[in-house]
Amino acid sequence: MRQNKLFVLLATFVAAAGGLGSTAVLADKASDEAAIARYREMIADGNPAELVAGQGEELWKTKRGPKNASLEQCDLGLGPGVVNGASARLPRYFKDTGRVQDLETRLMTCMETLQGIDPKAVIDAKWLKGERETMAALVAYIVTQSNGQKIAIDMKPPQMKKMYELGKMAFYYRSGPMDFACTTCHGEAGKRIRLQDLPDLRTQAGAAAGWGTWPAYRVSSGEFWTMQHRLNDCYRQQRTAEPIYGSDVTIALSVFLAATANGGPVLTPGLKR
Amino acid sequence: MKKISIIAALMAVSSGALASAEDIRGEFVAMMDRSFKTNGIAEKHRMYQLDFQKECSAEKDPPKKVMQAIEAAQLKTIRYPADGKYLGDWKEGEKIAISGRGLTWTDKTRFNNGGGCYNCHQLSHKEIAYGTIGPSLQDYGKVRGNSDEIVKYTWGKIYNAKAYNACSNMPRNGDAEILTEQQMKHLMAFLLDPESPVNKK
Repeated sequence: MRQNKLFVLLATFVAAAGGLGSTAVLADKASDEAAIARYREMIADGNPAELVAGQGEELWKTKRGPKNASLEQCDLGLGPGVVNGASARLPRYFKDTGRVQDLETRLMTCMETLQGIDPKAVIDAKWLKGERETMAALVAYIVTQSNGQKIAIDMKPPQMKKMYELGKMAFYYRSGPMDFACTTCHGEAGKRIRLQDLPDLRTQAGAAAGWGTWPAYRVSSGEFWTMQHRLNDCYRQQRTAEPIYGSDVTIALSVFLAATANGGPVLTPGLKR
Repeated sequence: MKKISIIAALMAVSSGALASAEDIRGEFVAMMDRSFKTNGIAEKHRMYQLDFQKECSAEKDPPKKVMQAIEAAQLKTIRYPADGKYLGDWKEGEKIAISGRGLTWTDKTRFNNGGGCYNCHQLSHKEIAYGTIGPSLQDYGKVRGNSDEIVKYTWGKIYNAKAYNACSNMPRNGDAEILTEQQMKHLMAFLLDPESPVNKK
């Protein structure tokens, strides 16, 4: 079963990469293939995120909330109910809300409109508790349905271009008692903290290695972390104040990272130390 | 013809595509203001930048003149030990170098912080789990000796690294009250004492 899944993942990727063919992409192709080989090795014994994703699939189909409805009609950008490939194309600009949304803020919109669940129930919850635990499971399910595809962010809408610029400014923004910015750790190639390698998030390959492998299961904490959770902990370690769940700075940074990573492989859910 | 181009320009402006640098700066400030909240000791005012933090928040470092002005201003913040004693206990210094804790919203007090030195620097001959964001400091004292000049410079660098490199990645341990004077003395010994594993194999 697992073997089959891996074969599909690899076959999908090879087919996608094969279509490009120009020499300019050869280097990226090689690093993508190395990334896939590493991922394959890592999940050889299974990725515990599969269990979380299974719970998420159940929750997606379960009638919940004041409106007693499931999320099966949720539009993640590819039409109501389409999950396959959806997270590879997020964040994106949504006309119905007039906002750029990442996967988690889009799911909050669906929970509110379809199920009548107040977004505050997610925003005010603690990590992996209450509605945020539900959110993590839904995310695990949805990102599994983009595994092996390519990051494909639509940067044509002016709203996306603006979010990219705002995200870039946030990336370089130094503040707090330690004067840190994202770029303190992720603005140079080949660096590490202690023994932890740090991707250079200014480059396509580095951003793909980061953006393309989150959300992920963290072995050290035994937890599945969404991208909002990942960014939140980056800010904690930067010693800033806390970013509000789903706030615009988190969306802007996500657009900056995802757009920089555009074309790289989606290897989600990831598996981290 | 003229009308059409004016309409096109207006549309572009309204959609934000032609927003000026100042407009986007204003939007950015507003976004940061509404996106963060106080959590425990990590208060919201941390998001408001000091002048030099602002100058060092672009893709490239500011012009040399600006860098020099920042360095001159930061140099004035450095306070040297009143008792003239710079060297504490290297064993205590090693513990401070190893600890990366402190000042996050999951820390209870803003005191009792680590130096986090190993996050970025190689130090002891025996510790292999070191980061590489900063230069290796292995054999720091062995290579440089402990002349008054070196001792004073090392103290200053630990106290406020921005005095020597305006946009350095290194925190201002003394100036930002991350470490106490006593903790910095211990770190000095860890770097400079001949018996410290930084200098002795």
